[in-house]
Amino acid sequence: MAILVTPQSRILVQGITGSFGARHAQLSLDYGTQVVAGVTPGKGGQFFEHGTHKVPIFDTVEEAAKQTGATVSVVFVPPPFAADAILECNDAALDLVVAITEGIPVFDMVRVKQKMTGSKTRLIGPNCPGLVTPGEGDKSFGGCRIGIAPGYIHKKGNVGVVSRSGTLTYEAVWQLTSRGFGQSTCVGIGGDPVNGTSHLDILKMFNEDPETEAIIMIGEIGGAAEEEAAAWAGAHCKKPIAGFIAGATAPPGRRMGHAGAIVSGGKGTAAGKFEALRAAGIAIADTPSVMAETLLRHWGKL
Amino acid sequence: MNIHEYQARELFEKFGVASSKGKVASTPEEAEQVAAAIGTAKIVVKAQIHAGGRGKGTFVNGFKGGVHLVHTPAEAREVASKMLGQALVTNQTGPEGRVVNKVLVAEAVDISRELYFAILVDRATSAPMIIASTEGGMDIETVAEHTPEKILNISVDPLLGIQPYQTRKIAAALGLRGPLMTQASKLFTALYRTFIEADCSMVEINPLVVTPEGRLLALDAKFNFDDNALYRQPAIVAMRDTAEEDPREVAASEFNLNYIGLDGNIACLVNGAGLAMATMDIIQYSGGKPANFLDVGGGATKDQVSAAFKIILSDKNVEGILVNIFGGIMDCDVIAHGIIEAAREVGLKLPLVVRLEGNNVEAGKKTLSESGLTIIGASTLADAAQKIVAAVKAA
Repeated sequence: MAILVTPQSRILVQGITGSFGARHAQLSLDYGTQVVAGVTPGKGGQFFEHGTHKVPIFDTVEEAAKQTGATVSVVFVPPPFAADAILECNDAALDLVVAITEGIPVFDMVRVKQKMTGSKTRLIGPNCPGLVTPGEGDKSFGGCRIGIAPGYIHKKGNVGVVSRSGTLTYEAVWQLTSRGFGQSTCVGIGGDPVNGTSHLDILKMFNEDPETEAIIMIGEIGGAAEEEAAAWAGAHCKKPIAGFIAGATAPPGRRMGHAGAIVSGGKGTAAGKFEALRAAGIAIADTPSVMAETLLRHWGKL
Repeated sequence: MNIHEYQARELFEKFGVASSKGKVASTPEEAEQVAAAIGTAKIVVKAQIHAGGRGKGTFVNGFKGGVHLVHTPAEAREVASKMLGQALVTNQTGPEGRVVNKVLVAEAVDISRELYFAILVDRATSAPMIIASTEGGMDIETVAEHTPEKILNISVDPLLGIQPYQTRKIAAALGLRGPLMTQASKLFTALYRTFIEADCSMVEINPLVVTPEGRLLALDAKFNFDDNALYRQPAIVAMRDTAEEDPREVAASEFNLNYIGLDGNIACLVNGAGLAMATMDIIQYSGGKPANFLDVGGGATKDQVSAAFKIILSDKNVEGILVNIFGGIMDCDVIAHGIIEAAREVGLKLPLVVRLEGNNVEAGKKTLSESGLTIIGASTLADAAQKIVAAVKAA
């Protein structure tokens, strides 16, 4: 079943005519993802063409969803307009909106998050690589790729991956695939301090998903989301988890690239997070080079 | 982004936050004029640099203290003349210190009570949070650890903004009754407006003081701004003082590189913030010490890599470089050509380990090995970290 999206999910792309959105819409189409609509205000009625694909463009999310049956949106619009784009999906009552955009002001996200409390629309991101549910085809093609992750590194299988970072997720996925182990769904929840979906939310979904048998959870310094997820997992998660936290060598008080990756007031350190993971019975990868190996050992596959 | 104390006062003035009388001066004469205009019996002259520990600092000319209490305008001029143009060394500046270009001249107020007030974005609730305490002038983290009951936390609904009853609740908890309660409500509301309208990630008033004559004043402030929102805050951007920043970090930002200098000997160049942190971690795990954090973003073009190499090499502690690129979408061969050209352009002589993974990686590795440059290839992250540590030890 995977979580959040399946190869049948119908996707719309907000910002499909911008260079970033267009490039990744093309890659998703090549991967076999059901990209059924684009939204660019003022360009409604035009088409986004790629190979044999001809994707209709709409002025509003509501129109795109109504006319194409899209239930998931991916947001590539620039930071000043991104909060509005997310709220438009909430208004159109989509199931899921995945915000790739990096650099959205934190107050914009604070307001969006407050507005979406209790909404049926789930937000993933922002500042995230998106998510992939690998397909059955060669190099996992035929899957659902939403966002900017390279599709071909995936393989259909039974490991769920959740992470705050992009390339570090690809690293974990590639380690798994290279060892012959596939993934149910890989979710990048994003590197911002205020985001829509937490590690805990995703762990709960993986725990309920019959296709997911084991989990890799990747965190980084800053905040307490990893600790919260670990505490829940220790008490409730039925599946083996391996974890890694990036930023053990980061100096305190400095933002390490991601807006949310900062140790402040002695809180949110890698050491503290590793300790929380360990206390919850999560297997710790000592280095990012052994994330898959650590899981496979813990899972009894090595 | 950080700002100077005098700039924080400019924001106070703009948003109507009560503070002591004061103004910035760039020359000793100006300092004298400002002191005369303030006209109080006691005046404080404060060197304006971002680093803390100013009061206990020493100027390289031997003059002691970056904060001085004076009694006449002439004395203010005298003190300012010893500070301006001189480097002030504090426990946070390093031995070279920071040159003082401006001084703040302000009324020195008598204090009967010192309080603490801050607003920040709380990650757990995803909402603005006010933190207030009766223990002003102290390190708030120490207060939180030893006497948590002395700290009041109030969450503000971001869609409503701060409500008058919330300001009264905080005032009551701080013992600000009678006429002080009205002043407190006004000050807290003005600070919340500053916080929101200037896109701050934190505003900390420490101390917030009550004077013997019953005035409530924000005496010292620390502002942090949300970098993501600077595009819509031109007045805040204009307050940026790049002389106060690491020149390498300033140069990096011009090339869309995210660089943070550290004190190790092994530099790294990585795409993606999470992987960049993880690369620093594995360098340390393998027995080396990371010299920097450097995220080149998704692209890793030749110009970016070349600029990155120059910034890395300007750090004299660097003895070797580890390049770690997960070329998910980008062609690894294109990245390899970029690395080679950049290495040639800067005449790189230090050991260089390159770990490429991803799209078209075999062609990329071949390009690197046929370059004629002494680039050490690596297949995994662990392999790369071990190789650069070994190469630096051997050199």
